[in-house]
Amino acid sequence: MAHRALAHKSTDDVAVAVSELRPGETLTIEALDGGEPHQVKVLEAIPLGHKIALRDLPEGHVVIEYGEKIGRMTRAVKKGGYVHTHNIRTLRWDYGETSTAKRKAKVTASRKSGVGKGGK
Amino acid sequence: MAMAAMRNASRARAKKAGSALQLTGYRRTSGAVGVRNHVVVLPVDDLSNAAAEGVARLINGAVALPHPYGRLQFGEDLELTFRTLSGHGANPNVYGVVVIGIEPRWAERVAEGIAKTGKPVELFSIERHGDLGTIHMASRAAYRLVQEASEVRREPISPSELVTSIKCGESDPTLGLAGNPALGRVVDRLVDMGASVIFGETSELTGGEHLIAGRCATPTLRKKFQEMYDAYIQMIEDQGVDLLGSQPTEGNIRGGLSTIEEKALGNIQKTGTRPVSRVIGYAEPVGPGQGLVFMNSSSAGAEYVTLCAAAGSVLHFFTTGQGNVVGHPLIPVIKISPNPITCETMSEHIDVPLPDLLLGEIGLDEAEGRIMNVFERTVNGRKTAAELLRHNEFVITKLYPSA
Repeated sequence: MAHRALAHKSTDDVAVAVSELRPGETLTIEALDGGEPHQVKVLEAIPLGHKIALRDLPEGHVVIEYGEKIGRMTRAVKKGGYVHTHNIRTLRWDYGETSTAKRKAKVTASRKSGVGKGGK
Repeated sequence: MAMAAMRNASRARAKKAGSALQLTGYRRTSGAVGVRNHVVVLPVDDLSNAAAEGVARLINGAVALPHPYGRLQFGEDLELTFRTLSGHGANPNVYGVVVIGIEPRWAERVAEGIAKTGKPVELFSIERHGDLGTIHMASRAAYRLVQEASEVRREPISPSELVTSIKCGESDPTLGLAGNPALGRVVDRLVDMGASVIFGETSELTGGEHLIAGRCATPTLRKKFQEMYDAYIQMIEDQGVDLLGSQPTEGNIRGGLSTIEEKALGNIQKTGTRPVSRVIGYAEPVGPGQGLVFMNSSSAGAEYVTLCAAAGSVLHFFTTGQGNVVGHPLIPVIKISPNPITCETMSEHIDVPLPDLLLGEIGLDEAEGRIMNVFERTVNGRKTAAELLRHNEFVITKLYPSA
């Protein structure tokens, strides 16, 4: 049977929809690493290519995909919910605010302290 | 593993990797091998575009490479423009070159870089002749070169004689899941066969740069890579900004990528698993047999493919999620997409559709085989989607303002 969503690793926090997902459907989501599949009830509409939560992810949680950190939850999402720019944010340049002036000041400060640069 | 066993394993891998491929190409005087046979009319500066395009309109088969730079540049920025122009003339896909500049001195510098390869180069300058006089003389040269090129025959070549390059664009998570792992298989196979494969996109490694650093073959290479990466990010931050808002792009976000880390981790899938055996700056020359080569570079499609062609790539693999349409005037760009919407709505741009890989209906072996099949046919002369649709993007990377 064709996949509806796929995870990179079974231990990841999110999987990717490979077709349009509709709220209410229950999916068996396999992982490319061959690990344990996840049973997930879809909570909201998720477009092809977008992410679904494989477990409850609280605010502040560092999200794992590909077995690596991809960002931090800015709002909690339930298992089966939609994970995208409205509730996840990069860990780089992670200032927690959006005004351009504040961002510029933070970039300058982070450069001085060495935070936000590569090679962690 | 014992050394003998490792050697046997590596020999077996090379044999498997190269089996059944029947490739032909154009062997140049220098020994370099191309897969296309162009005659180029190369303007040294923006002012010479009109004459170069005039020649290309008159002579069937001459390709002009117009661009907006080449005046009052200085330092590393000027060197990069020269290297990019000479690199295109020197590219093994080119039989011969007509160079046109507004004045003779800089035109000579570009022509000298090309003449080192032993291929025919003719040089013209516009001052004291005007566009019409220049077009007259340059067209006679282009006429002769195109006729000579038309008699050059393809001959059997080995994959180990090829320099290739890779990039993804208008990326979305379908690449990380399917398109890029499939291309990664092909990259491993090309490297095992002795080909060179260039990858880059420095800023788009953010969040996964430690994975590339970890694959650098020696501590010296690792240090060089890390310094290049850090300097690139520093250059962005020196503008008082960060990558938020430009990485991921609006197209990436529409496709489902949420953060630069997620984009980078998907991007890196296409580099396969072999060690990074060379780390180079913008458009530095790459020859065959150099394995997986990291080139410091912009992640913008046309700028990047142009840098690869200048470095000597003769064929480019390009995976796309949402549907990047980029091409190049001299090197075929093979477009691969696993996104079912893109393959349906933009089918004329996709050389290797892989939506069935995304849905799990075929495996990576089958996907790898499909890409290798199109690679073989493209090397042998089959035109790519981008070639058929006249996607002739030639975009020089500019490092800072001119004087």
